[in-house]
Amino acid sequence: MRLSPPVTQKMAWAACWAAAFFAIAALLTIIIYVFARGVGEIGWAFLSTDPIGGLSGQGGIRSAIVGTIYIVVLTLAMAAPLGIGAGIYLAEYAGDNWFTRIVRWVIETLAGVPSIVFGLFGFALFVIALNLSFCILAGALTLACLVLPTIIRTTEEAIKAVPQGHREGSLALGATKWQTIRHVVLPAAMPGIVTAIILAIGRSVEETACLYVTMGGSANMPITPLDNGRTLSLHLFYLAMNTNAMEKALATGVMLIIIIVIINAITRWLSSRWMIRMQGRV
Amino acid sequence: MRKKMNTIDLDFYYGKNQALKGVNLGINENEITALIGPSGCGKSTFLRCLNRMNDIILQSRVEGRVLLDDVDIYQPGVDVVELRKKVGMVFQQPNPFPKSIYENVAYGPRRLGLHNRGSLDNIVEKSLRDAALWDEIKEDLGKSGLSISGGQQQRLCIARVLAVEPEVILMDEPCSALDPIATLKIEELMQDLKKNYTIVIVTHNMQQAARVSDWTGFFLLGELVEYGKTSELFSIPKDKRTEDYITGRFG
Amino acid sequence: MIKIRNMRQFSDSAWKQVILVCGASSIVILLLIIIFTLREGLPAFTEIGFFKFISGTTWKVANDDYGILSFIVGSIYVTALALVMSVPLGVFCAIFLAEVAPNWMRQIVRPAVELLVGIPSVVYGLVGLLLLVPQISKLGGSGDSILAAAIVLTVMVLPTIISVSEDSIRSVPRVYKEGSLALGATQWQTIWHVMLPAARSGILAAVVLGMGRAIGETMAMIMVIGNSIKIPVSPLDPARTMTGSLALEINYATGLHWNALFACGVVLLIFILALNSIAMVLRGRTQQ
Repeated sequence: MRLSPPVTQKMAWAACWAAAFFAIAALLTIIIYVFARGVGEIGWAFLSTDPIGGLSGQGGIRSAIVGTIYIVVLTLAMAAPLGIGAGIYLAEYAGDNWFTRIVRWVIETLAGVPSIVFGLFGFALFVIALNLSFCILAGALTLACLVLPTIIRTTEEAIKAVPQGHREGSLALGATKWQTIRHVVLPAAMPGIVTAIILAIGRSVEETACLYVTMGGSANMPITPLDNGRTLSLHLFYLAMNTNAMEKALATGVMLIIIIVIINAITRWLSSRWMIRMQGRV
Repeated sequence: MRKKMNTIDLDFYYGKNQALKGVNLGINENEITALIGPSGCGKSTFLRCLNRMNDIILQSRVEGRVLLDDVDIYQPGVDVVELRKKVGMVFQQPNPFPKSIYENVAYGPRRLGLHNRGSLDNIVEKSLRDAALWDEIKEDLGKSGLSISGGQQQRLCIARVLAVEPEVILMDEPCSALDPIATLKIEELMQDLKKNYTIVIVTHNMQQAARVSDWTGFFLLGELVEYGKTSELFSIPKDKRTEDYITGRFG
Repeated sequence: MIKIRNMRQFSDSAWKQVILVCGASSIVILLLIIIFTLREGLPAFTEIGFFKFISGTTWKVANDDYGILSFIVGSIYVTALALVMSVPLGVFCAIFLAEVAPNWMRQIVRPAVELLVGIPSVVYGLVGLLLLVPQISKLGGSGDSILAAAIVLTVMVLPTIISVSEDSIRSVPRVYKEGSLALGATQWQTIWHVMLPAARSGILAAVVLGMGRAIGETMAMIMVIGNSIKIPVSPLDPARTMTGSLALEINYATGLHWNALFACGVVLLIFILALNSIAMVLRGRTQQ
């Protein structure tokens, strides 16, 4: 049987609406479910006590918050300077030849490699070979390797998007190449670079697999980066797999979603500011 | 008249393509030299050889000599940065930095190590006055350099160049993105500027060359076909190809 | 003046060196990751044999017997099932956003999709564990299953497929659409017969990207798939993915077991490499 075109079109429209509703329904289901069951747990006691750990679901998330902050700060401290420097190198100094083409291809590929493969590498190199044993530093080093390709690529793209006229204008005024990069190119590319950093923060907060095999997962309060520890995401995983404290796991999920929403909002605000600035409406 | 700059048998290559073929041209001090010719004839490439802006193009090569005050600017040991301070450049598209008007003009002096606020204020005001822009924007120095009109942006770029006190100003089709009124303003400005500066302008607009310049060079396929006083070149061209071009038979 | 000039030149070349060091060390680190994984994995290939390793159905640490076929089947099964669900959903949703949706609806769906990208994978896993698994167990089995994992993955890769497909549908030149409408085709006929074929490469690239994300997902899979080492048959069977095995076992592995896990990592790298190359070719074709 052949349907008439108007009928087919009606069915197709229905399918489109249904698909869109599915996407929204999936999101709402997750958000509402997590908040409805999890939000009740959140309170000062939850935030300010350490979890007991092991098979017990008792306690709060204080050490996991500290672990998360440790991981984010250490990862950025290592990956951001290196990645931004490498991005500047590729965009401004490296040029385009067989070598840099291979390098770009390697970076592109590594940006898509599953995080657990970075975890294998990090575990073998940092935890075993360098004898750091399970600790926050080993996790942060591994995570730094994971976010490095993304930071390099985003930085390079942001720098390449700066009009060539800006560079020529600066060089023609007798500025050196570095002065041109420092005072004209980087300020113009800064929102893009900051976006790269924020994305890396988001990635550090939600990443679990490569930390699961390098950080150790202790529930105790970490003092130095050489202590064994866990992040919020890892804490959620341990609660879900090893305990019956599902409300606490969901409450941790609430915290994670709130952090991600804030990060999304900042990214969007920055990119809109960037548009305004580049069009001269300051 | 003293020659401020001279090129001797200047060749330029983009990879294997030869873009300039044995160009010999002298540029008079405190006069305006116009370079005309059809697109792709090498006039912009030539202009960019005069302050080594072509250095940033990969796989390009220069042969021959370019003299500034009788010193070859391509000889080893020449500080390119210092050269570009002496030989400034204004581009086809107005390209103010996404900074305030004040910061655009103060940019060059700052990079040269001047940070005294009072001296910077003076330089900014003087440069904007010399670029005939001061009266229009003196209230808005803090506004973005991108927020003003195209013609004002181009004069801002000229002010930016004046602030580093160059000796030669190169202009690469500075009016091609502007409307007739803004163009007229820039042309008037050039007449004022030539008292203190040597100016070389590339233009695709022959009327403009005839209006503003003292000397004109006609480029075709990378060669300097003819070079002479503007009044003579446009009225009694010596070369058949020049005549064809200025009477509009091609290009 | 001389002093300032020297300072300027000094800082110019000093910073160039700093940037160079950053570039070089990043490149070295990234190459190291690949070389290291290959080096640790290679003994497993030489000792067990590449073909035997990827076609072996048993994985017994006690017997030093390692074959990863069940993991490969697990990964591909889950990924395929997830794509069967998420591709139609994603493409229809992309058509909806690009061509059909009223403006107010677009302003709801877009942020929703963006938020879906940001939700951490452990949260997906947790919701799957608490909501899906009990429902699926009513169909038979324990509930920890390929089906549960595939549904979780469907939602996780949906945003990637939607946004990349939407971009490619939007980049179809207007004239195609107008030409078809001017011939009396309905709007849907135009979309189906003109716009989708024109956007084909981009949509395929979206699918490949989604596939990459699905194969690489680890923690959410561990939480809902059951992690049993057996080749799954029915979607209700539990299984194990390649990524899951790595996460669950690497911390206590030694000797050949260690090498076998890295070799499994190498197989994952090969998968990703293949997918990336396909995506690159497709993207090149879109640009033409």
